Amino acid sequence: MRASLFITCFNDTLSPETGRATVDLLERLGHEVEFREAQTCCGQMHLNSGYRDEARDLARRFVKVFHDAEVIVTPSASCAGMVRESYPLLLGSDAGDVPGRVFELTELLYDRLGVSDTGASFAERVCYHPTCHSLRNLGLGDRPEQLLRTVHGLELLPLEDADQCCGFGGTFAVKNADVSAAMLADKLDRIEESGAQVVTAVDNSCLMHIQGGLRRRRSSVRAMHIAEILAR
Amino acid sequence: MSSAARGATTFPAAAGAGLADQTLRANLARATGTIRARRTAAAGELPDWEELRERGRRIKDGTLARLDEHLLTFEAAATDAGATVHWARDADEANATVIGLMRAAGFTEAVKVKSLTTDEIGLNDALTAAGMHATETDLAELILQLDGDWSSHILVPAIHRNRHEIGDIFRRTIADDGLTDEPADLAEAARLHLRRRFLDTQVGICGANFAVAETGSICILESEGNGRMCTTLPRTLIAVVGIEKLLPRWDDLSVMLQLLPRSSTGERMNPYTSVITGVSQDDGPQHLHIVLLDNGRSAVLADPEGRDALRCIRCSACLNVCPVYQRTGGHAYGSIYPGPIGAILTPQLDPTPATRSLPYASTLCGACYAVCPVKIDIPRILVHLRSQTPKPPAERAAMRVLAWAFGSRRRFERLQRVGRRLAPLGNRLPGPAAAWRRSREMPAAPQQSFREWWHDRRP
Repeated sequence: MRASLFITCFNDTLSPETGRATVDLLERLGHEVEFREAQTCCGQMHLNSGYRDEARDLARRFVKVFHDAEVIVTPSASCAGMVRESYPLLLGSDAGDVPGRVFELTELLYDRLGVSDTGASFAERVCYHPTCHSLRNLGLGDRPEQLLRTVHGLELLPLEDADQCCGFGGTFAVKNADVSAAMLADKLDRIEESGAQVVTAVDNSCLMHIQGGLRRRRSSVRAMHIAEILAR
Repeated sequence: MSSAARGATTFPAAAGAGLADQTLRANLARATGTIRARRTAAAGELPDWEELRERGRRIKDGTLARLDEHLLTFEAAATDAGATVHWARDADEANATVIGLMRAAGFTEAVKVKSLTTDEIGLNDALTAAGMHATETDLAELILQLDGDWSSHILVPAIHRNRHEIGDIFRRTIADDGLTDEPADLAEAARLHLRRRFLDTQVGICGANFAVAETGSICILESEGNGRMCTTLPRTLIAVVGIEKLLPRWDDLSVMLQLLPRSSTGERMNPYTSVITGVSQDDGPQHLHIVLLDNGRSAVLADPEGRDALRCIRCSACLNVCPVYQRTGGHAYGSIYPGPIGAILTPQLDPTPATRSLPYASTLCGACYAVCPVKIDIPRILVHLRSQTPKPPAERAAMRVLAWAFGSRRRFERLQRVGRRLAPLGNRLPGPAAAWRRSREMPAAPQQSFREWWHDRRP
């Protein structure tokens, strides 16, 4: 399969290692990865912050860039959800069938490629935080955990109140910084109580918020995108 | 006060009080946690729950699509059954109607069933201003009335109070110092206080959970039986009903009476369900007045992207699962409709600078939509309302610049390089960066963007 990587503006700029891991992983599994350098941002931040016109322009741009890509893969559930759920609303029929060809990475691996074991080795104690958009927009369920369970040496530990939001929420994190911090504090408590050395998820935006909180606490727990574990 | 909104404080400013109050946070966590678990069990045991939700959605959508016709049908049927129907464009008209009816009947005292709609129009304050008085008979509403407080939850108005605080309020107002904080003793104190009023008062005031167009009936759900005392003992009953409470057919109630209790209290069946159709000779109230209230609802109905909020049946399931509500409590929303549903309803019913902050009081986590019995896509409406909200000029400028940069590969790549050079400033910048740093470290900027790595990697 030839997968067109939709890296997301966030990962491209702030978490390039997640992109590198995604490429390594897919190539190791025998797939070809292409990267269309014209891509920028899907428009999620603009849409969710109330800038619909700007979001629509970016959505139109995205559709143009990826219109002939067979399969579009992204290491972000929330950006995948944006394209799949909001593009048809923003663009109507102009969205074409692009939204249906976008897959979040673990979704692509599990559902489309039928991969349950990526052949990875990662000898650490890990807990998985299901991000809201992965859980309630994409309906990923326990697919990411199924993939983590087959990682050699990895011990997957349960996370209490896993389905509770971490408090990131895009601009919510700064517009309602105190509420965001209160939600984060509870999430960090649960993460630390789990006994994990690493907390992982399918969205780096939430992980940036969690990692920022862990470092502020001087916690020994690290945040890491799932692609970086599955590529090991 | 004659609107859903209370006060002029924005959500982020008002949230501080709730966040800082450890007792409140503990009360809320315990109470919402219990109701949440009960709802999950009550919904989970029905194999056709999702189908029921879909039927609930369709009934409400169908009603709203032809609300004008259903309202006239309701008026005709209710009038035939012996009720008098009044129309109120806004809170002031509704309050004036109720006051006029009480004056005409020659009474100044009323007993009240728990009713959000009468809270919305500020009826109690309007009655007081007219030299009249209404006694709240729902236990939680009574607690708040005695304390001069207001509701912080749709179903459990005094959820922010624990029994020790309630004991203090009662000892200060209706009981002597010997009263203990035991729930049974507290309930008995309220019972003694209320019983005399039930027997003496000649006017009852209520809202309605549903109003059935084809029969002209109003339907009230409650858990204590006090509501039924108010709707059966007084000679005159006045119901204030929002126009969105209509259901076209009697049979539609069967769907709603399954959805509502399971979603709100987590019960299979509601304890006291009263259906009132007109008047019956020598049984119950002999004068039934129904005030149909608009108060902004027609304007909500006119917005195709916002109108789904009118499907709401006030179950409060969305409050109980909301991570924001659980941290701040209901008062932070500055409205008698708090939580996720309040965040989409209040700014539509009552757009003010303060209520315009409400659509941002959410991480868009989607927990509310997942439990809503009539499938209101609250996150989508929040995003819609955000797009209607005037933005701060600095934010607007920044978002425009970003959108412009994202509009071309070259500009985006330049932005990445500039951003990397300026990244160390993030630890000193004010505004959003400072808000971030209050509880979190800034992310480290990588040496190389992904696309630079990709570019280098290819020969």
